[in-house]
Amino acid sequence: MSDRHPLFMPLILIGGILFGFGLAYSQMARPEVVLDFLQFEDFGLLFVMFGAAVVSGLAFFLVPRLRDTAPLTGDRYERRLKPFDRNVLIGGSIFGVGWGLSGICPGAAYASFGIGNVTILWSIAGMFIGAYAQGYWRSRVTEDAPSPTSAD
Amino acid sequence: MLDPVVLQVGGELFPNGISRYALGGLFVGLGVAVIYLGTAIPPGASTFLESTLSYFSGQSRFQKYVPSRDWRLVFTFGIVLGAASYALIYQGGAWTTAVHPWRLLVGGVFVGVGTRVGKGCTSGHGVCGVGSASKTSITGVITFLLVAIVTAQVVASLGVTP
Repeated sequence: MSDRHPLFMPLILIGGILFGFGLAYSQMARPEVVLDFLQFEDFGLLFVMFGAAVVSGLAFFLVPRLRDTAPLTGDRYERRLKPFDRNVLIGGSIFGVGWGLSGICPGAAYASFGIGNVTILWSIAGMFIGAYAQGYWRSRVTEDAPSPTSAD
Repeated sequence: MLDPVVLQVGGELFPNGISRYALGGLFVGLGVAVIYLGTAIPPGASTFLESTLSYFSGQSRFQKYVPSRDWRLVFTFGIVLGAASYALIYQGGAWTTAVHPWRLLVGGVFVGVGTRVGKGCTSGHGVCGVGSASKTSITGVITFLLVAIVTAQVVASLGVTP
């Protein structure tokens, strides 16, 4: 890790700040707003995901055409493509139950803590418990370890 | 062109307008774009859970995230900091949810399991994956969106508020 570019961590921090500011500004860090959306009372939330995907999509499309490798890591620009299998449907459904019940997803939960919502620690604790349970089970079932992916 | 009926329908679908949502979304996308531009990493928020668990657990499932766990901590710290700066500038203090702790906890457990089984969350699949036009991610987003809508509607119809 010592061979990382000195600007690597500062850039990650700046990206995180923009990301968190956006989640707070869009009000997605408030579970009530997400629940209103899921109950068809306010469709504004579509613009958050859409707006974000358009900007990131533009970067994913343009940057690899301008450069081959990233200045701070030397890694090649690649598309974020994950293999499709039924886990995407099973996991997506489990995620959907949780999102619909609580109105909170991982990034928005961290941002929610940032806007002073200490009650959200219940959700964050729940996510760690869920991720641990899933990881514990997966470690038992399969010992194959595919190479780590950078996304999620 | 802007007939009053259209405006009224727009007002009903978007009681809080759209600018705060769209602008917030642009910032979220900008955060992803900045990190991608510098590092070629399309960052998502949910792997932080597993990568942070690798500090405490020797399970093989978590160990593969050891190389990325330090920057994921920084990314998450940045999210908290960015949201806190919003709260200081626009919100004028802390805001707390009225959603019951049990909903937050139980929902969190489902989210924690689901995001790991399903290989992504609203940022990994929803922003990075959809931005990459990944069919897997688009399918994932449609799946969790539909299930979340049904879940929220059922919970609301059972009279659970908030």
